[in-house]
Amino acid sequence: MAAGDAGTASDLTRLSAAEIAAAVAAGEVSAVEVTQAHLDRIVAVDQDVHAFLHVAGIGALAAAEAVDRKRAAGELLGPLAGVPLALKDVMTTADMPTTCGSKILEGWRPPYDATVTRRLRDAGVVILGKTNMDEFAMGSSTENSAYGPSHNPWDLARIPGGSSGGSSAAVAAYEAPLAIGTDTGGSIRQPAAVCGIVGMKPTYGGSSRYGLVAFASSLDTPGPLARTVLDAALLHEVMSGHDPCDSTSVDAPVPPVVAAARQGDVSGLRVGVVTEFSGGGSQTGVQARFTEAVELLESLGAKVVEVSCPHFTYGLSAYYLIAPSECSSNLARFDAMRYGLRVGDDSTRSADEVMSLTREAGFGPEVKRRIMLGTYALSSGYYDAYYGKAQQVRTLITQDFDAAFEQVDVLVSPTTPTTAFPIGERVDDPMAMYLADLFTIPSDLAGNAAISVPCGLAPEDGLPVGLQIMAPALADDRAYRVGAAVEAALEQRWGGPLLAQARELREQGGETR
Amino acid sequence: MTDLAQLVPYDEALSRYEPVIGLETHVELGTTTKMFCGCPTTFGLEPNSAVCPVCLGLPGSLPVANRAAIEYTIRIGLALNCSVATWCRFARKNYFYPDMPKDFQISQYDEPLCTDGWLDVVVEGRTVRVGIERVHLEEDTGKSLHMGGATGRIHGAEYSLVDYNRAGIPLVEVVTKPVAGTGALAPDVARTYVTELRDLLRSLGVSDVRMEEGSLRCDVNTSLAPHGAAEWGTRTETKNVNSLRSVERAVRFEIERQAAVLDAGQKVVQETRHFHEDNGSTTAGRSKEEAQDYRYFPEPDLVPVAPDRDWVEQIRASLPELPAARRTRLLAEWGLSDLEMTQLQNAGALDLIGATVAAGASAADARKWWMGELARHANATGTELADLPISATEVARVNALVKAGTINDKLARQVLDGVLAGEGDPDAVVAARGLAIVSDDAALTEAVDAAIAASPDIVAKIRDGKTAAVGALVGGVMKATRGRADANRARELILERLS
Amino acid sequence: MSITRDEVAHLARLSRLALTDAELDHFAGQLDQIIGAVARVQEVAAEGIPPMTHAVPVVNVFRDDVEVPCLTPEQALSGAPAAEQGRFRVPRILTED
Repeated sequence: MAAGDAGTASDLTRLSAAEIAAAVAAGEVSAVEVTQAHLDRIVAVDQDVHAFLHVAGIGALAAAEAVDRKRAAGELLGPLAGVPLALKDVMTTADMPTTCGSKILEGWRPPYDATVTRRLRDAGVVILGKTNMDEFAMGSSTENSAYGPSHNPWDLARIPGGSSGGSSAAVAAYEAPLAIGTDTGGSIRQPAAVCGIVGMKPTYGGSSRYGLVAFASSLDTPGPLARTVLDAALLHEVMSGHDPCDSTSVDAPVPPVVAAARQGDVSGLRVGVVTEFSGGGSQTGVQARFTEAVELLESLGAKVVEVSCPHFTYGLSAYYLIAPSECSSNLARFDAMRYGLRVGDDSTRSADEVMSLTREAGFGPEVKRRIMLGTYALSSGYYDAYYGKAQQVRTLITQDFDAAFEQVDVLVSPTTPTTAFPIGERVDDPMAMYLADLFTIPSDLAGNAAISVPCGLAPEDGLPVGLQIMAPALADDRAYRVGAAVEAALEQRWGGPLLAQARELREQGGETR
Repeated sequence: MTDLAQLVPYDEALSRYEPVIGLETHVELGTTTKMFCGCPTTFGLEPNSAVCPVCLGLPGSLPVANRAAIEYTIRIGLALNCSVATWCRFARKNYFYPDMPKDFQISQYDEPLCTDGWLDVVVEGRTVRVGIERVHLEEDTGKSLHMGGATGRIHGAEYSLVDYNRAGIPLVEVVTKPVAGTGALAPDVARTYVTELRDLLRSLGVSDVRMEEGSLRCDVNTSLAPHGAAEWGTRTETKNVNSLRSVERAVRFEIERQAAVLDAGQKVVQETRHFHEDNGSTTAGRSKEEAQDYRYFPEPDLVPVAPDRDWVEQIRASLPELPAARRTRLLAEWGLSDLEMTQLQNAGALDLIGATVAAGASAADARKWWMGELARHANATGTELADLPISATEVARVNALVKAGTINDKLARQVLDGVLAGEGDPDAVVAARGLAIVSDDAALTEAVDAAIAASPDIVAKIRDGKTAAVGALVGGVMKATRGRADANRARELILERLS
Repeated sequence: MSITRDEVAHLARLSRLALTDAELDHFAGQLDQIIGAVARVQEVAAEGIPPMTHAVPVVNVFRDDVEVPCLTPEQALSGAPAAEQGRFRVPRILTED
């Protein structure tokens, strides 16, 4: 759809971020109109999708107006000025609540913006609101949200993935063209894959964690979700870069991801298929679409080989030791003393009792499980065998990547072993839930860059499948380059984006449009 | 809540047992800002007015290490003859407590910044080398006011009020190796070590080291073992030791208490004890259900600290003259005795003497004034010598006036009183109070004649040849002139008069 | 069995979680299963392999000792469940630090 056709409100919500930005900059449409169109869309569908925990209508329109004023004054606008965005409720916002999907922070208003939040605002991006997520980013389905799950726009009875499920659903439901998620074990890529959109986990440290409520400090990575590879790259550039407030942030220029997304050429590129991840572990349709994607890459001029990464299969175990360990410490601060929920303070109970009653009431089961698991793994006597060993395994996984990247330029695998499973299917089986992260976890452990792009629908259920492309740390642009090539070729094959094959959502008022 | 401890008299305890002591000292660094954020470290600000998301531990906040704090820590380590790590990390010490914003403290665990040094202390002429195990860096906690109880302490309080201004201030922890073989001198060694350490830190300019303000905190470990035992005894840790004197008293008390426990055939409980200022005793802290497991792991939000050797050498080159070296030098320069030097040091008077000498007085004279009259003033008003409202220059001036004969020692005391009372500088006080010695013959003659007239019997003695009696008449002249007569001249005049 | 119900109760106490008996039973079974699974890391031979520190290894990230504006006391106390005299009011603390 060309920018010039930007007319009706529903058309505006079908535009990409790049198209919106161009239209706003050219004066063809106002940022306020664009924002209003998206706010209307949210009203129309979010009762079913439940992507948002908080919609900041007034604030969003004010931000949009500011962009329009700048434009009218002839000032230079940034590449995403006036584009609406959905922000995962794990990033602090001074003018909106930040709940992290938890009861323990219900209604909490931080007194400061996250660096990513500030960078978005400075760039003229219009934050529509905060999206739903698994509590404190722990989960793969948003079923761990204390505020109810989000629903996959492809099939509302299914999960939209997690933990950035709200962000992914919002983009797939056309409630926003852009969203921010965070990826710790796969929480951007897996939701993107099961919702049929693009999700990128930058190199660890590529985007600032200042203001990102910590789950696992050495793994958490903020990143973009969008309907196109180019849109994701544009957001990646705006949100990334060194931050002196984050000691772990990368002190190097942001890789040229936008240029790479525009280039999308893989001829001569060496592509490695991870042996350990292309066996029988995946759903049939997922494996089939993945195999086709690999063949597609070959047809585009890439050289494909199999690469063994023998320690990748220990990734799940290492991750479910390291992440809970760090989170057991990171979540200790929720103790009812300075902010958040306080339960049981009847003037006779002690501080310890109030802490325990509050955390019991305020945390959900998955959070409690991981806190206890982490406490166990760090306990004296167990540290070496569990946390210590897991950190060694992590080094070995990184070494596997290093060795692989001597032979190939990128590694590929399916993003997640299955398509979107039904809501409720795995909620009582933590281990089954953890398996969703099998393929995404290694890149979190090693900290390198990885993107998920749609590569088709599984024939058995008609649900989206994602292709994961992994690049070396700091070579984020390479992931975008390959992603863009795949996207272009497949969209040509499909006659349009994959998302166009999803059924239209019923709008409030009963009409389907 | 005091368990009435049995005690064995000190000397008796030492006749049977050998003490081993250890000290853990926390030093609040005098950096401008906190350890991990840019909040000010100023003391005494309005509650919760020097906090930010980082030191308040708000969700999403992240620490960034203060370079100056690292440098100060290396300074301390070098001054204590430690090795400086080439690579080390911060670690999280995890435990729940309301004054801890994150419910973990960023500290160092098995990778301290400095290790393996020593500090020599001299006690009763004997040099004891106190080994330094480690010097590491961590962050301070908030401060609680305990409300509703009778004593303001935790026990019996109904609730607490927390101020996080102090949370995040850089704290250096200096841990000694166990110090054995000091016998009866153990309490003294402990006290002298803390004094030396305090002076060292002050000379490095890294902290104002005021124990009463909490910028220098001490925990003392004490254990006893029977003479000739192969192993050391179980040690206790005593906290709330807030002054140099308390350090000494705490060790002494623990020795006496532990001796009684061991005499009774019981085991000393390994525990944390609390020192009581009012009666010099220690009592057991509330026993915890289980021993604390801090679940240390490397701090993932910070990157390793790897001070390059050039930086370390730069810091080493910038170290000032350390107290021990300075003392040796001054000892030679000032010609005072060892004992006199030690007294000066214990009183924290070295700088004052030095400044007074620089202003023209001799070391002996400077010492006389500061350790005599001025020390009396300080004790009477409960202040430190350095805090008295009189400068070294003023003291040197008073001394100069005495040397010149303008005033005598007795008058000088009145001059000092005047300066301390804020009446002005020494010359102004002399003038205002009319304290100059009267050596003008005319005025003196009057007083001499009056004294002679008043004591005919003494005059008779003098005329008889008992010249020693002149002293009494001189006394009379001094009294008449309110101490301002030139005593020697008065004596001369008297003798002239009577001859 | 990787972990007993008593050990789980201990972990809950350590992490300040006042679990109900039903929760304890439920979690004990799940944690037992999970710990059994993650123990797989012990199968990996890792002699002499250093533990991982950061993805992009870097050292000596510092800030200058320069003041930066703070929060106001109102902002600091804005989320406080209870406040008094400009301080955070907390229930009675039983243990000495």
